[in-house]
Amino acid sequence: MELRKDYFADVRKDGLHEIGQPRPRLDSPGHVTGKTTYFADRNFPGMLHLKMVRSPHHHARIRSIDTSEAEKHPGVVRVLTARDVPHNVYTILILIQVGPEDETVLADGKVRWKGEAVVAVLAETERAAQEAAAKVKVDYEVLPAVFDMEEALKPGAPLVNEYHGQNYYLYDSGECRKVRFGDVEAGFAQADHILEQSYQSSPIEHAPTETTGCVVAPEGNDRFTCYTNTQAMFFTLDNASIILQMPGSKLHFVGGTVGGGFGGKVDVIVEPIAILGAKLTGRPVSFVYSREEEMQISSPRAAEKVVIKDGAMKDGRIVARKVTGYTDAGAYSRHSPYGAQKGAAHYPGPYTIPNVWIDTYCVYTNRTPSSAMRGFGVTIGDFALEVQMDKLARLIGMDPLEFRFINAYRDGDMKAHRQPTEGAALIECMQEASRAANWPVAEKYMAMSSYRKGA
Amino acid sequence: MAKVPVQFTLNGSEKAEFIESGTTLLNALRDKIGDTSPKGGCHQGTCGACSVIIDGELRLSCLTLAETCNGADIKTTAGLAEGGVLHPLQRAFLDAFATQCGFCTPGMIMAAKVLLDRTPNPSRDDVVEALSGNICRCTGYEPIIQAVLTAARANSQNAA
Repeated sequence: MELRKDYFADVRKDGLHEIGQPRPRLDSPGHVTGKTTYFADRNFPGMLHLKMVRSPHHHARIRSIDTSEAEKHPGVVRVLTARDVPHNVYTILILIQVGPEDETVLADGKVRWKGEAVVAVLAETERAAQEAAAKVKVDYEVLPAVFDMEEALKPGAPLVNEYHGQNYYLYDSGECRKVRFGDVEAGFAQADHILEQSYQSSPIEHAPTETTGCVVAPEGNDRFTCYTNTQAMFFTLDNASIILQMPGSKLHFVGGTVGGGFGGKVDVIVEPIAILGAKLTGRPVSFVYSREEEMQISSPRAAEKVVIKDGAMKDGRIVARKVTGYTDAGAYSRHSPYGAQKGAAHYPGPYTIPNVWIDTYCVYTNRTPSSAMRGFGVTIGDFALEVQMDKLARLIGMDPLEFRFINAYRDGDMKAHRQPTEGAALIECMQEASRAANWPVAEKYMAMSSYRKGA
Repeated sequence: MAKVPVQFTLNGSEKAEFIESGTTLLNALRDKIGDTSPKGGCHQGTCGACSVIIDGELRLSCLTLAETCNGADIKTTAGLAEGGVLHPLQRAFLDAFATQCGFCTPGMIMAAKVLLDRTPNPSRDDVVEALSGNICRCTGYEPIIQAVLTAARANSQNAA
């Protein structure tokens, strides 16, 4: 590894004694000896296994649920439906006042995506739980479903989620998150070049090697210990407390060791129902996603559509940018209202543009609920923005790297969402990239600085 | 359900258990015997996290029935360090930063061990081929390959 200390040398205070030095990872000795304890490495006598009965339909009314045959299946200890869950309708981000509660722990009267949890079966063995789950009879009335964001936003589209009342998340700013900066139409009017392009992505599954799950043990003091691979320990603890209507002091969460997460383990899905199972049976409970569930049921990265219209001058300055972003939340919010909002702040990219107009929609469809994944809300946006930047450079007839130097944000520049730029390093990164990739740019760009006045 | 007896050697010590017929070796090792170093990532033979060594051969313990292992000599990553001293592969994985989440690591080390037992001086292509059945979703393949090559060099220096 090469550490270039000449960049920012005049403004850096420390001597960087640690950065650039290899240090052993504290968890590696456990990993190489097989001693690291993942949640599923805990095994308790009398542990029950939880399997979920899931919706085979994208959108349907539940007429009736018959669990009688499942309850008679050998090895079955308990069958749970919506009425067993103390606070069945929840939403993860209610903890930071992002509501309304819009998702059921177990489906109540309706399913809104294919794979939605309807009935939980607890049995002595995984096999018995699986066999009994197949004996649960659910009578569905199939409803029209919508899978495309723009279709979902049209008048007359099937309503996905009644808790919202419309197929988009209602922000305090209205039907979308808005950024308004300067006068975007005036910017387009003065521009020498206009480029409008549309970019789309599909959902992406994290596919961690360790599937989502937890093991819950009832303790002797009325408390429950939940061993989990959640990436969001306190969100999970607090949401479990709400769903179970149980004080947090009754819940002891043990985690931190995750066999690959990538954002896919920040939803609160397996823990509350497993704790409820342990409470109602008095036995330890294991609820672990099968590989199929991990691929089909766990939240993927949201599908996104990004429409970008840019106005640029012959000299390379971008003078106006208008973006409409769509985030496919699937049937429930989870983290998507937040992801779409992040996109609104991000779409100008690391560039200083005087006139910006951004609308981002968080849209509900009858697809698998999406949620967090590595930079969600900005990653697909960055793909769209940087492809757009290359296309713009080609349109103007400029070198794509020099085009980015011209527009790069620098310390003190005001961003479209009214945050002043500080600690910028884009110019220095591009200077080093120019050297490392042997992609020369004009000397005036190599003399630029993110922070030195006049450079 | 009727139980069947199984008896095998695990990392040098004798093990005997009664299991339900049809139990995988992975579940027998983890749930009955308490060796949780083999991991269950897919339970369908595609990820390699459950890899163990049976009579010198690399095997997927999630696709191996425990009752077929009577009399076998089974080795797992939990038994690799001798007297508290890490095996050269374990040392190399540590030094090369070849672990991230660690879930694939025990399986990777088993696959690498079988390779080095047979091919003490493998080429890079040999290493890639030997690890091709083991998925690392953190995508740390390059340090893992380097770790195996480093361990091979350490082995040959010790032998010389």
